[in-house]
Amino acid sequence: MDSQLRDQIPTFGAKQDTAGGAGLSGGFSALASGGGRSAFETFIIILVAVVIIGGSELLLGIFQVPQYIMPKPSQIGAALITEWPFIWPHLVVTICELLIGFAIGASIGFVLAAVITQFPFAEKIVTPYILLLVTTPMLALVPLLVLRFGFGWEPRIIAVALASGPMVMINSATGFRRVDLAKIALARSFGASTFQIFTKIRIPMAMPMIIVGLMVGSIFGLLTTVGAEMVGGAEGLGNRLNYYSSMIRMPQFFAVITLLAIIGISIYVFFFWVGKKWANWEA
Amino acid sequence: MNAIGALGLSRVDAAAPAKMVVEGASKFYQARSGVVHALDNVSLEVREGEFLCILGPSGCGKSTLLWSMAGLHGLSGGRIRLGQEPIVKPHPEIAMIFQEANLLPWRNLEKNIELPFELKKIAPDKARIKALLERVGLKGFETKMPRELSGGMQQRASIVRSLAVNPSVLLMDEPFGALDAFTRDEMNLLIQEIWMETRKTIIFITHSIVEALFLADRIVVMSARPGRIQEIIDVDLPRPRGVEVQSTPEFIERANAIKAMIDHRRA
Repeated sequence: MDSQLRDQIPTFGAKQDTAGGAGLSGGFSALASGGGRSAFETFIIILVAVVIIGGSELLLGIFQVPQYIMPKPSQIGAALITEWPFIWPHLVVTICELLIGFAIGASIGFVLAAVITQFPFAEKIVTPYILLLVTTPMLALVPLLVLRFGFGWEPRIIAVALASGPMVMINSATGFRRVDLAKIALARSFGASTFQIFTKIRIPMAMPMIIVGLMVGSIFGLLTTVGAEMVGGAEGLGNRLNYYSSMIRMPQFFAVITLLAIIGISIYVFFFWVGKKWANWEA
Repeated sequence: MNAIGALGLSRVDAAAPAKMVVEGASKFYQARSGVVHALDNVSLEVREGEFLCILGPSGCGKSTLLWSMAGLHGLSGGRIRLGQEPIVKPHPEIAMIFQEANLLPWRNLEKNIELPFELKKIAPDKARIKALLERVGLKGFETKMPRELSGGMQQRASIVRSLAVNPSVLLMDEPFGALDAFTRDEMNLLIQEIWMETRKTIIFITHSIVEALFLADRIVVMSARPGRIQEIIDVDLPRPRGVEVQSTPEFIERANAIKAMIDHRRA
């Protein structure tokens, strides 16, 4: 686990450190163009990563940037290793909260989307409220939830479910609304039942949008998990960010950010893979 | 009208038993612009083993009629029977072939063809599917996704999908309308061959006079708004018909006669 992490950290950490958003989107398109990647392209991608990490290491050294402003990649890596025994319990908490909250939110969102799209009138009534849930930052509810449920996991899990569920629902509903009457007629002409039409036609047809919903929903969930931990939590990676910044322990602070970046990218890669496997027909 | 009647006698015995019967079919439906009268008292007997083409301009209710015969729509009035059985819902003896192949894009060719078996919860007849795929020239394409196949290949796959469950009636809703002229000729030849080999009863919708004349034993000409049967024409051209038959004087004469009739009614 440790050695594997060490291999990964510099690549992701460097992108996070130097270029921020641009570095991330570069990583995204590198993934998206995957499949037919040649050895030469792989070499260039690794070379660029090495140049960025090595360059920032060198420049931070030359200009003697203080550690409390921007630690060197090597210091971040070292902090991650030395601090790992103290960080990993928080990592587990964050991942568990995210998984549980997302599982609850996504299942409710998916089922709601599947049911509500069958009744256009009910959909018209419900949609504005779902939009309200999508557009209102659920993070704002955390202090309220803390009052009711305390500083344990519950308020954070509820916030994650509230943040990811509506996202999953609104995208899945878009998918379920794309009815192709000819394909439904085809299934019916072979004697399909309503349930078969749902499982064999409607769900596969909605699948690309369902996967988009799950991806966006889980990223929203991650944001909300970390935010909720920063606002009202005694544990989790969000809590660690508060802790390390208040102690001005920047290498450790950036080590936690690196872990968050890895979680985020893993979510993206996972759903990218799921999409390739289950919804590649719409490429 | 006598001129049309003189086009020739049907090759299919008029005394052959009726396979499907449409009695006084009427259909109204609610559209945004108001109530549409799609079918008006349409009565028709389809004979066992015949190739019947329904020809008419768009909006003449020919698709509505076919979908009702497939049991996919209800009627506002009248009845449809298969033998003695009333058709009010899809029937296992009747298979439908749709415009533009209608393959499921998330399934490969083989999985698309096995769909009817899956829906009926029976084991796919692998031997029959294999033979049919070979017959239509799709052997070796089983694992291809629909988007990797040409329009003609997709439509051939959809024909295999319908024939795989061995129905006795094939309903075809302008199946080759979206194909280019060359592919269309090819498909027309193929469907003629399949019909001659299997002796299925085929009801085929088209708005092409040439296609109808080339394929049909009888042509049912429909007029629009409301959809009515205008004329039923026997086509006595000898079989098998090759593409070259389309340029013979007999063929052109018949095509012109049908065209004149449709133009005349429209005016």
